[in-house]
Amino acid sequence: MNIHEYQAKEIFRRHGIPVPPGEVATTPEDAERIARSFGTTVVVKAQVHAGGRGKAGGVKLAKTPADAKAVASQILGMQIKGLTVQRVLVTPAADIATEAYAGIIVDRASKRAVFMVSPAGGIDIEEVAAKTPEKILRLPVDPRYGLLGFEALRMGFFLYPDVKQARAAAKILQQLYAAFTASGASLAEINPLVTTPAGEVLALDAKMVIDDNELDRRPELAALRDDSAEAPSEVAARKANLTFIKLDGNVGCVVNGAGLAMATMDLVKYYGGEPANFLDIGGSSNPEKVVNALRIITADPNVKAILFNIFGGITRTDDVANGIVTATRSNPLTVPIVIRLTGTNEEIAVKILQEHGFSAMTDMDEAVQRAVALATGGKAA
Amino acid sequence: MSIFIDQSTKLIVQGITGRDGSFHTKQMIEYGTCVVAGVTPGKGGQTFEGTVPIFNTVADAVAATGANTSVIYVPPPFAADAIMEAAAAGVSLIVCITEGVPVLDMTRVYPYVQENGARLIGPNCPGLISPGKSKVGIIPGRICTPGPVGLVSRSGTLTYEVVYHLTRAGMGQTTCVGIGGDPINGTNFIDCLAAFERDPDTKVIAMIGEIGGTDEQNAAQFVKEHMTKPVVGFIAGQTAPPGRRMGHAGAIISGSTGTAAEKIQAFKEAGMAVAQRPVDFVSLVRERL
Repeated sequence: MNIHEYQAKEIFRRHGIPVPPGEVATTPEDAERIARSFGTTVVVKAQVHAGGRGKAGGVKLAKTPADAKAVASQILGMQIKGLTVQRVLVTPAADIATEAYAGIIVDRASKRAVFMVSPAGGIDIEEVAAKTPEKILRLPVDPRYGLLGFEALRMGFFLYPDVKQARAAAKILQQLYAAFTASGASLAEINPLVTTPAGEVLALDAKMVIDDNELDRRPELAALRDDSAEAPSEVAARKANLTFIKLDGNVGCVVNGAGLAMATMDLVKYYGGEPANFLDIGGSSNPEKVVNALRIITADPNVKAILFNIFGGITRTDDVANGIVTATRSNPLTVPIVIRLTGTNEEIAVKILQEHGFSAMTDMDEAVQRAVALATGGKAA
Repeated sequence: MSIFIDQSTKLIVQGITGRDGSFHTKQMIEYGTCVVAGVTPGKGGQTFEGTVPIFNTVADAVAATGANTSVIYVPPPFAADAIMEAAAAGVSLIVCITEGVPVLDMTRVYPYVQENGARLIGPNCPGLISPGKSKVGIIPGRICTPGPVGLVSRSGTLTYEVVYHLTRAGMGQTTCVGIGGDPINGTNFIDCLAAFERDPDTKVIAMIGEIGGTDEQNAAQFVKEHMTKPVVGFIAGQTAPPGRRMGHAGAIISGSTGTAAEKIQAFKEAGMAVAQRPVDFVSLVRERL
């Protein structure tokens, strides 16, 4: 789960990381009031779950409260990578001497949390890694001991030759590690970590991604979720316990299992079609899930054909068949549907479907070809 | 022969009285798996279905039954502790079916399991089956049949799809292993490939990968350098958009790494045959038997 910069900064603050003050505004008037209260030049920053906010014009300086109002009215409502900006963070502008990068992620290869720090901050760290890898120090953390003092200081000296600043950075890295583990994060990033002309070290930006698997045991973090920052169809799917990702094609896919769902999308493409979505109804049987899945898929006007691909292991195919019957009874379909079922209780499922005027297929390739033909307006294969 | 499990597997079920645990325990017993004990704290002294003794702790279960393998069906917040409990009790093979284990938990679990000399399969996996011998997990037994193909996969239902095609075409399996879809798991492709290479009955290996991470690329390197047996590969997620988690926690393209194209390229460079569709395994495996 992504959280906003202002939310991540609040977590950082609680762990003692020096972060400039700031307040969130949802209207230009709010922004003006907040700017006035700071009484200095401010930065107005779009709060959206997208990188490259600055390049997109979502981060702007405002010298006066009136400027802040004008700038906020430009940024609020603007689209950044398809997301509408609903909030801005108003924060006093800092004098910057240097910009560095500090981040921590869970690294698959070493199976540990790994720090990455670089004196080349303020820009995309992947770019630094690709072009000048020598400017990045990577440090895997042993989870049994946490980040040790000398390790933090080593990274501090990698960033700053000055011992006072190195020590300040080391302290921030310790606090960042604490914030990361206490929040069940999979990523925590300060970009840029700046020094001021007075020599202070400050976290000017904050980014955190929380591991979705942690949210059940951390309700205070789950409450930070901003539904308005996501596609409505994906929010509806999450509330129905479905994994759904909207794509640009016209074959709506309903599949059980993530791997089979991906393979089904790939096969749609292989046979000349384009998948409209990724949708995994999961492993357990539940007709209600099928009803919700169909509701979400049929809400997409691009969908020209619906493809069910169910391999029944734990999932009982008769439950899926019942779900299809129930869903289409209350909301008759306006696009053709192709159903492929095989596995647990397949005979019962086929009978249920046939009784209600549906035909069922057992072969994945044939079903996909047929759905593609229907979606592209050609005759059924 | 087979890898990891066979007739000598003596299994403990952690979470045997839960909904999933009890359902799949019945299925495993029906398949012929030697289930010697269950563990549910507070239910020690009872029996499951009148036949399998239940213990409060894994240590008690191991001491009483000499079990060597454990399968875990406990809910995600308790799964990490359950894995470490099994490792501490001296269980040598631990299979964690649970989906949704926090990844920071796994950063602590992995070294703990290693230090105790155990092998972990999963989490977030369907487990494994050596057809005709033993099944640990949730892979449907009736789609499998004994034979010469070793299969290893990051997926569940996609594995069933491929096994189903192979079985229908008359090509049985030594062992099918689902290593799971999480970013940090206990057993990777290379571990399974090495075990299949050593197993005299395995003649061809089917390997089903997906987007995210570099496990498949490392496996391709291993195939090139260490495998004498042919390996047929497949990658799911060619149409997956970057930056989105495709159901499995580990199935995500980060920046430009972990794409299907890069993995397929690695397979080709290692001299592996690449299945474009799941059904292509049938002809590609048959040609290599």
